[in-house]
Amino acid sequence: MSVSLEEIAQRREHGPLRHMVRSQPFWVTVALVLICVVMSQVSEVFFTEDNFFNVTRNFAFIGIIAMGMTAVIITGGIDLSVGSIVGLSGIVVGMVLHAGHSLGAGIAAGLLTALACGLVNGILIAYVRLSSFIVTLGMFGIARSLAQVLSENHMIYEFGPDEKLFFALGGGTIYGFANPFILLVALIVVFMIVFRYTTWGRWVFALGGNENAARLTGVPVNRMKLSVYMLSALMAGISAVLLVGWQGAAINAMGTGYELRVIASSVIGGADLMGGAGGAYGAFIGAALIEVIRNSLLLAGVDANWEGTFVGLFIVFAVLLSKFRGMRSG
Amino acid sequence: MRLFELRGISKNFGAIQALTEVDLKIDAGEVLGLMGDNGAGKSTLIKIMAGNFLPSGGEIWLKGAKVEFHNPVDARRKGIEVVYQDLALCDNLTAAENVFLGREAKRRIGPFSFIDYATMFREAARHFAELKSETRPRDLVKQMSGGQRQAVAIARTRLSNPDIVLMDEPTAAISVRQVAEVLDLIRRLRDQNVAVILISHRMPDVFAVCDHVSVMRRGKVVADKPIRQTSPEEVTGLITGAIEFA
Repeated sequence: MSVSLEEIAQRREHGPLRHMVRSQPFWVTVALVLICVVMSQVSEVFFTEDNFFNVTRNFAFIGIIAMGMTAVIITGGIDLSVGSIVGLSGIVVGMVLHAGHSLGAGIAAGLLTALACGLVNGILIAYVRLSSFIVTLGMFGIARSLAQVLSENHMIYEFGPDEKLFFALGGGTIYGFANPFILLVALIVVFMIVFRYTTWGRWVFALGGNENAARLTGVPVNRMKLSVYMLSALMAGISAVLLVGWQGAAINAMGTGYELRVIASSVIGGADLMGGAGGAYGAFIGAALIEVIRNSLLLAGVDANWEGTFVGLFIVFAVLLSKFRGMRSG
Repeated sequence: MRLFELRGISKNFGAIQALTEVDLKIDAGEVLGLMGDNGAGKSTLIKIMAGNFLPSGGEIWLKGAKVEFHNPVDARRKGIEVVYQDLALCDNLTAAENVFLGREAKRRIGPFSFIDYATMFREAARHFAELKSETRPRDLVKQMSGGQRQAVAIARTRLSNPDIVLMDEPTAAISVRQVAEVLDLIRRLRDQNVAVILISHRMPDVFAVCDHVSVMRRGKVVADKPIRQTSPEEVTGLITGAIEFA
């Protein structure tokens, strides 16, 4: 024995480089770069500023929600209601602004609506101990239906005195980037720090790793669960506010199908539906990949009906990849 | 003054009498083996000592004062740590994160407080060194051997410098070499003047590390004697009921 215990304690299983190469977001990033390289040869439009602007803005709405979804998935849960919450929050924002209230009041109403949905989800899942799949499936139906009831199936396209400000918020740019994309990038940074360097972030991972262990060691498991579903709903609410502002109209069908795209983004980015794994950058790069595939097919002149096939293949491929990595390390 | 004592502890779940008038006592630096067949009441007793259940009757005395444990965190605060049978580890976290789970070291920067990984790695390394275990704080628990996982679970109990450590079947599911490692860990705890209560099915382990042995059968303690005054044969007889009392 020539090494001391102190030396052993300082060792790591793998260096940072090895760690990066083994991570799923890294390979998704590689895939994304490859697609971009191929597309730059296939289409002259792909690498234009306009296309970049459109692509980044399009996936920003999904990416923002994927931040919250990733937290939910890491705890081992799922939130199927985010798309419907986008619809309901969007209608509420629209109605409050349409009634002549200020932008601040409109945003507050939209976000509070989303938080209320998240609160109901969270209480039923954390305290009543119902399955997250069923509870959020219920909210999926309820929130969409409430959006239809409130809007009476009318489109809202007049947003009162702060209309210009509202449109600038969702449709404006900063340094040539769409506002939603700027917010998404800021959120990635915040979520990366929160996941790694706060107790809340680590407890999210602990819950997904071994919920019973977390409970026994004094982690407030129920409060944690409540918080992730409220966060997920809040992100859907934020996305809804920006989406209505960008589109210049609120309809109750807004956000339809988003839940699946959001979950796909998180999963492609390395979030494990069994819980315990996932990350903010992964969710971002997953959302980016899906949108770039969509955009590429469009520009390459492939029939838009193929989109689902390609995105579907990538989801399955991503899960396969993580399974093989799991086998190697386990 | 006695460190820890159970006096006449009873527990019933509806009509089922799980424990009847159980007495148990242990002093600092002592290792007590708690033995019994499945269903003898060992797990119920552990859960009462760990704060998972309140007893239906009887008293718990700690350092000369009567105490009540309302939940596991409460028991931990009063100086009782538990190493659970499944170890209660999160496979997806590092050894250091598991040691500090629920009590993370933090550093304030302005209005926010962030996890202090440097301190956690350093402190976890120190605890592993004290336990003479080759466990690396930065490794994921997923990749560890049974012995290393035990070291992580035991290092967790060292954070609060507890008076008593309860260990539930620590050697049940690991290899022979790792059993020796775990028994060493128990001796290390004893040397630091911790009282250890070892729940085990494995006779050789109990006779290797325990100073005292208590045998339970059908919710009652049927024997409580120094390990030197008994034998594996007698303990087996007590467990099965071939010997009524000792």
